[in-house]
Amino acid sequence: MTTLDGDIVEIRASSATLLEGARAKQRRSTAQLIRWILLFVGGVLMVMPIAYMISTSLKWPFEVYNVRLIPEEPHLENYAYVLEDGRFYGWFINSLVIATITTISSLFFDSLIGYTLCKFRFRGRYIVFIAILSTLMIPTEMLVIPWYLMSQSFGWLDTYWGIMFPGLMTAFGVFLMKQFFETVPDDFLEAARIDGLNEFQIWWTVAMPMVKPALAALAIFVFLGNWTAFLWPLIVTTSTELYTLPVGLSSFGDEADVQWELIMTGAAISTIPTLIVFLIFQRFIIRGVVMAGLKG
Amino acid sequence: MQRFSNLSIMQKRTLWAWGFLAVPILFFVIIRFYPTFNAFVLSFQEWNLLGARTWAGFENYVTLVNDPVFWKVFANTFIYLLLGTPISLVLSFLVAYQLDKIRFAHGLLRALYFLPFMTSAVAMAWVWRWFYQGVPIGLFNNILASVGIGQVAFLNSTTIALPAVLAPAIWAGLGFQIIIFMAGLRAIPRSYYEAAKIDGVSTWTVLTEITLPLLKPTIVFIVVFSSIGFLRIFDHVFNMTTNDPGGPLNSTKPLVLMIYETAFSSFNMGYAAAQTVVLFLILLVVSLLQLRLLRDK
Repeated sequence: MTTLDGDIVEIRASSATLLEGARAKQRRSTAQLIRWILLFVGGVLMVMPIAYMISTSLKWPFEVYNVRLIPEEPHLENYAYVLEDGRFYGWFINSLVIATITTISSLFFDSLIGYTLCKFRFRGRYIVFIAILSTLMIPTEMLVIPWYLMSQSFGWLDTYWGIMFPGLMTAFGVFLMKQFFETVPDDFLEAARIDGLNEFQIWWTVAMPMVKPALAALAIFVFLGNWTAFLWPLIVTTSTELYTLPVGLSSFGDEADVQWELIMTGAAISTIPTLIVFLIFQRFIIRGVVMAGLKG
Repeated sequence: MQRFSNLSIMQKRTLWAWGFLAVPILFFVIIRFYPTFNAFVLSFQEWNLLGARTWAGFENYVTLVNDPVFWKVFANTFIYLLLGTPISLVLSFLVAYQLDKIRFAHGLLRALYFLPFMTSAVAMAWVWRWFYQGVPIGLFNNILASVGIGQVAFLNSTTIALPAVLAPAIWAGLGFQIIIFMAGLRAIPRSYYEAAKIDGVSTWTVLTEITLPLLKPTIVFIVVFSSIGFLRIFDHVFNMTTNDPGGPLNSTKPLVLMIYETAFSSFNMGYAAAQTVVLFLILLVVSLLQLRLLRDK
């Protein structure tokens, strides 16, 4: 019924297209050209802040206030200066370690929870799912004060663990993974069970490889979120050595008489890694955003 | 072990399930539920971290209602929302709607718009802060000066500072919304458009009668997602006004910044907790409105 309708519509549509004059086509291609140019100009404007950040990080002090985007003599002295200082290097490592560990932990636990809630039938399953989901309603800002008090009494302040513990599992990830495990057929799991695999092995070796795209999407979100996280690391760290990149950059920029080209260099150091990741995995990341956005 | 093998298959599987969930349940109880409960309790107490925790009843909430700074902050938070959400919604729809019709170099254009989403808010706040400086430092004022227009005191003005701080937040989120909108547009069956074309319906009518109504779930999602983001704005404001957080004269201060200062500059934990409860209630109302809108579909 629907196919037939669709066919008729298609036939009628194609005959309508044939009837269109050449002038209409001309008009359309001009409109397309204008549309393309406007979108391109808009897109270039969108990346201008990033372009200026990078260009300024390559400039000498005397031309920093020049509006020209392309540096007269591009050089890497600012990067050498900032990295020699040692602090940015340490902050970079801190951010990298923290974002990596929280990403691995979230991927492991979120998918384990999502899988269990999706594929096991037991009493209390629904309550656990609703309870975890309900934590999405609680904003982080409400939890930072209790987390701070908790960290204070357990001695977690100013430690890697203290920065990381709130992000080790995410309710969003649980929800996302549960949705994706719905697409894994139960027959596969049953076959593995007959083959004598235990439940952990079934999850790890049979189910997990089947949701790789979802895992990748989740990994990008969790990593990006932890790499750019600011409020909690700002609260929980007090010694400069333990700052993450955003916290470090914030304190660096706030120091008296720090030159703008050095701040731009610091900003570039904390932005370029994620930009490179994006340029490499572009299609993949955009698909991930759509998946997470529509399912989440 | 002997006893385990005596269990039925279903019992074994249930045991596995709870085994898998044991650590996560512990985590969610200790790191999510208990702190939530603690925040509510703390909001009825008085505590400066050093002395004793004493019950204060509704005192924190009474103080809050009588605090002129709170009402200023409350208004700012909603101005962020009321400016940010519609502007980013309209801009991202316009771009997505047009970009959807482009085939040539589609991926490149999309990447240009999406790139800002991959940046760190703190880094970009500093970049924009530099843009906003006066002559001869800031880019915007230098450009204005070169075309002979007077200076704008972006971050030092009590009226312009808030939109100036909001701009990079809108900018960074556009790419995400554009991608979501394009996915929404793609999901609309082609046959609708073809049928409309045969009937000779104008482009405008197609937009208002077909595209927008069918995009309603996407629009609701984007509105709620970005509203929650703007209500929780902090990174941009904090970093663009570090010399006087939330200034000038509290004109850019959002609720989260007030919470941060109350808790970690004044160490007034109970009062700060009461402010977080207010933030929670605001976000709750916004989310419930979303559910309401979705159900009306």
